[in-house]
Amino acid sequence: MGSQSLINAGDTAFVLLGSALVLLMTPGLALFYGGMVRRKNVLSVMMQCFILMCLVGVQWVLFGYSLSFGPDLGHFIGNLNWVGLAHVGMLPNPDYSATIPAQAFMIFQAMFAVITPALFIGAFAERIKFSGFFVFVLLWAVFVYDPIAHWVWGAGGWLRNMGILDFAGGMVVHVSAGVSALALCLLIGKRKGFNSSPMVPHNLPFTVLGTGLLWFGWFGFNAASALAANEIAVNAFVTTNTASAAAGLTWALIEWGFRGKPTVLGTVSGTIAGLATITPACGFVGPMSAMIIGVAAGAVCYLAVTKLKARFGYDDSLDVFGVHCVGGVLGSLAVGLFAQKAINAAGNNGLLFGNTRQFYIQLTGVGATLAYALLLTFVFYIVIDKFIGMRVEERDEEEGLDLSQHRESAYSGEGE
Amino acid sequence: MKKIEAIIKPYKLDDVKAALTEVGIAGMTVTEVKGFGRQKGHTEIYRGAEYTVDFLPKVKMELVIADNKLEAVLHAISKSAQSGKIGDGKIFVSDIIEAVRIRTGETGEDAI
Repeated sequence: MGSQSLINAGDTAFVLLGSALVLLMTPGLALFYGGMVRRKNVLSVMMQCFILMCLVGVQWVLFGYSLSFGPDLGHFIGNLNWVGLAHVGMLPNPDYSATIPAQAFMIFQAMFAVITPALFIGAFAERIKFSGFFVFVLLWAVFVYDPIAHWVWGAGGWLRNMGILDFAGGMVVHVSAGVSALALCLLIGKRKGFNSSPMVPHNLPFTVLGTGLLWFGWFGFNAASALAANEIAVNAFVTTNTASAAAGLTWALIEWGFRGKPTVLGTVSGTIAGLATITPACGFVGPMSAMIIGVAAGAVCYLAVTKLKARFGYDDSLDVFGVHCVGGVLGSLAVGLFAQKAINAAGNNGLLFGNTRQFYIQLTGVGATLAYALLLTFVFYIVIDKFIGMRVEERDEEEGLDLSQHRESAYSGEGE
Repeated sequence: MKKIEAIIKPYKLDDVKAALTEVGIAGMTVTEVKGFGRQKGHTEIYRGAEYTVDFLPKVKMELVIADNKLEAVLHAISKSAQSGKIGDGKIFVSDIIEAVRIRTGETGEDAI
């Protein structure tokens, strides 16, 4: 009999395509961030993204998937029964998806595990030491990402059991990476010359191209999280696009109205804020709710990035906290307000549809994610900094990370 | 021999080149530079952070000419590079001790 009769070709094709789309988001992120740093650091950012694709790509199939989605251990983590993808074959695993091979689900989730640590690259950009980075992200992937993924999505996970709603990773991806970013930028300190010398994006066209790839890929991230080519996927697709568009428009209008001119960096940042915010909600809320969520994302993240950072003076170089943590928290709580069982029967109703309890469940999940990610990030940073060092020497920072960490030059002009 | 260094507005480059060709100048070197004199810069905003940019893009032309061409060259550059607005640039003249054409080994005014 085998897997043939259980597997839905349309669902499987959609999830595989979605996996490819989500993978593309990490190179997209490399361009998005790369364009925003100074010339001498562009390769370092891209290297950090690509090495994560490789490192987590290996770690995931070896044991990451087992820890995140494997047989439950104390509602906290999965066990190691699925190391090397043992027991993860072509038959569907009904705990996760009844119509696609287990390996399809696994490889889809792999791409989320890859991009999540890539997000906080922006917090320590232009001053991180590659060796410290390498060890840190490995520890973070294993001990922060995998457990939180298990809590929210794993069979037996305590938040999943509680009824948490996180459709595509508001908490698992954005809140965890975003708050870790805040801790990291505070621990590593400001860039040399921050506040005195201008540190402007060296290639905004890269950033725009990166945003396009991210927005495109996000349809895989959000819509394919339905794990089926069905109405929920359509809903997620529509809400994703609507929220992103509304958020970008809001940010552009705010700049236009209050700063005189709308900027390209602002507009694309707005769209990313919208995408991050709708991520936990996309399969549970309707399009009009998504529009409201998008506008809120644009406005709130704008304030976080421009006012909050200026007020407290932390050097979150590429605004990971302001966009991903703030957006992720906003979106995760928005689910507690706007979720509708009518949209997704596997979900729940939110506060605006007669159910107050969901909001408190969301609050619990957000709180737990924030606390856990924050704590472990602090611990790992301090330990690694003691033995390897997390920040480069001053002269290496001045020379630029491309040369000091990788002995490469992005735009050498040689070989013409 | 004299060396002429002219800092001009980038969009004037073609006009100046044409004017110099007309007075018989066969070669020059051009670099993209940044600078300011009395012309003010501009402000840029990146995610709410404002930066004042004082330096403006300019073009620097360098040419070495025979002494007898000096007046014609100064006049040609001044006239073609002028817009009448602040930021038109400046011309500096200095003496050249020696010049060599690398391909043939010619020196002095034969090299220019």
